[in-house]
Amino acid sequence: MKVEHVDGEIIAITGPPGVGKSCIVDSILHRLTPQQTIAVLAVDPTSPLSGGALLGDRIRLSVLDDKDKSESIYVRSIATRSSSGSIPSIVRSLASHLLANSFDLVIIETVGAGQSEMRCAAVANRIVVVEGPARGDGIQAEKAGLLELADLIVVNKSDLDGADKVVNDLTMSLGLTGDMPPIIKTSTISGEGLDQLATMVTKLEERTSSKRARNRQQILMVHENILTSNPHFEAVLDRMSEEGLGIEDALRELSERSS
Amino acid sequence: MGGRQRIVIAKPGLDGHDRGAKVVARALRDGGHEVIYTGLRRTPEQIVRTVMDEDARFVGLSSLSGAHSHLFPKICNLLRESGLNDVIVFGGGIIPESDRPPLFGAGVRAIFGPGTPSTEILEFIEQASELDCGVGSDNPWHWGE
Repeated sequence: MKVEHVDGEIIAITGPPGVGKSCIVDSILHRLTPQQTIAVLAVDPTSPLSGGALLGDRIRLSVLDDKDKSESIYVRSIATRSSSGSIPSIVRSLASHLLANSFDLVIIETVGAGQSEMRCAAVANRIVVVEGPARGDGIQAEKAGLLELADLIVVNKSDLDGADKVVNDLTMSLGLTGDMPPIIKTSTISGEGLDQLATMVTKLEERTSSKRARNRQQILMVHENILTSNPHFEAVLDRMSEEGLGIEDALRELSERSS
Repeated sequence: MGGRQRIVIAKPGLDGHDRGAKVVARALRDGGHEVIYTGLRRTPEQIVRTVMDEDARFVGLSSLSGAHSHLFPKICNLLRESGLNDVIVFGGGIIPESDRPPLFGAGVRAIFGPGTPSTEILEFIEQASELDCGVGSDNPWHWGE
C-alpha cells in the first residue's frame, strides 16, 4: 500500500487518557475558526469483544454550538476497527482528501491508549503531546515513548498542583538530548496558555528527531497493514489457538502465502 | 446488508434525561455497531448535521419531555430536505401509543418505550438495514406492525 505524500498540515493531538485532549482541541477550534476551515478526525477504540464502538469525542466540542464557527468545522468520529487499537491507516487518506478539498488544517484526536499512540506519527506531520499534572508516577508520555515524537508539548490542567513539576521534569530530561520541542502550560479552566497554543499550533517546526520517529512509524504501519491484510491472517490466528500452530510456523506460513 | 452500522443517538429539545439514551448507546455498541451520541439539548439542525457529517445510516431520537410530536417530524423533514433519504429514523422515551401513528406517518420506523429489551432494538437495526425504509422512502413499513 502507498503512503501518500501530503501538503498542508495534519496535526495529531495525543497523550494519555483523561489529560484533556478534547478540551484542548475545542479551545484551538474556538480561536482559529471561522477564519480557517478545520477538520477534526476523532479516533476512539473499537471494542475487541463486540466490534462496536462508542464514539464520544464529538460531544466535547462546544465550538459546534457556535453557528458561525461550526460552518468552518467538519468533525468525523472514527473507530479504530481492526487496526490493533491505534489509528487506522485510512485516516491518512481522509486527511489528504480534506486538505485537497480546501480545509486549512486537519486535527487528529487520538485514542490516548499508551504504546499504540506512537502510530499517530504515521498519519500526521506534526505531533502535539498533551500531558497532565504530576501524579507521582513519572511522565506518562515518556513511558509511552511519545516524547521523541513531539513537535510541541502541552502541560494541561496548569491550574492544578503538579503542573510545574512536569514542566521541570520534561525540561530536564529533554534538555539532556539537546533537541527540545517547545513546552507550554495550559488550563482550560483559567484560560492560561490557550491563545498561545492556538497560534503555535499552525506554525510548528519539524524537529529532526520527530521526523525520524515519524518515518519509523510509517514503515511500521505499512508492514503491519501488509500482515493484517493477508487473507490468511485470521485463519492462521485460529490455528494457533485451536491447533497449537507455533509462532515460527505461523510466521513462515504468512510470508509464504500472501494471497 | 446487515452488519455493523453507524448510528447517531440524539437528544432533541430541552429534555435533560439521558440515562436511557446512554443505555441504548452502550447496547448498540455491545451489539457491534458504531454509535455517536450527540449530547443533550440538540436542535434538529445540529442533529441532522451530525447525521450527515458522520455518514450515519440510523438516527435514534430520545425524548422524555413530550416534545416528540413536534420535534420528530421536524427532524424527519430536515433529513429529507438535506437529501438524507436513506437514513432510518427510530425513536424512544416516553411516547404515548396514541402519539405514535403520526410519527410513523412522518417517517419514524420504530418507537421503543421504557423497558424495551436491547435485543429487540438490535433486531430492528438488523432487519431495517436490509429493507428500503429510509426516511425518504414510500415504504410504509414500521417495526411492530
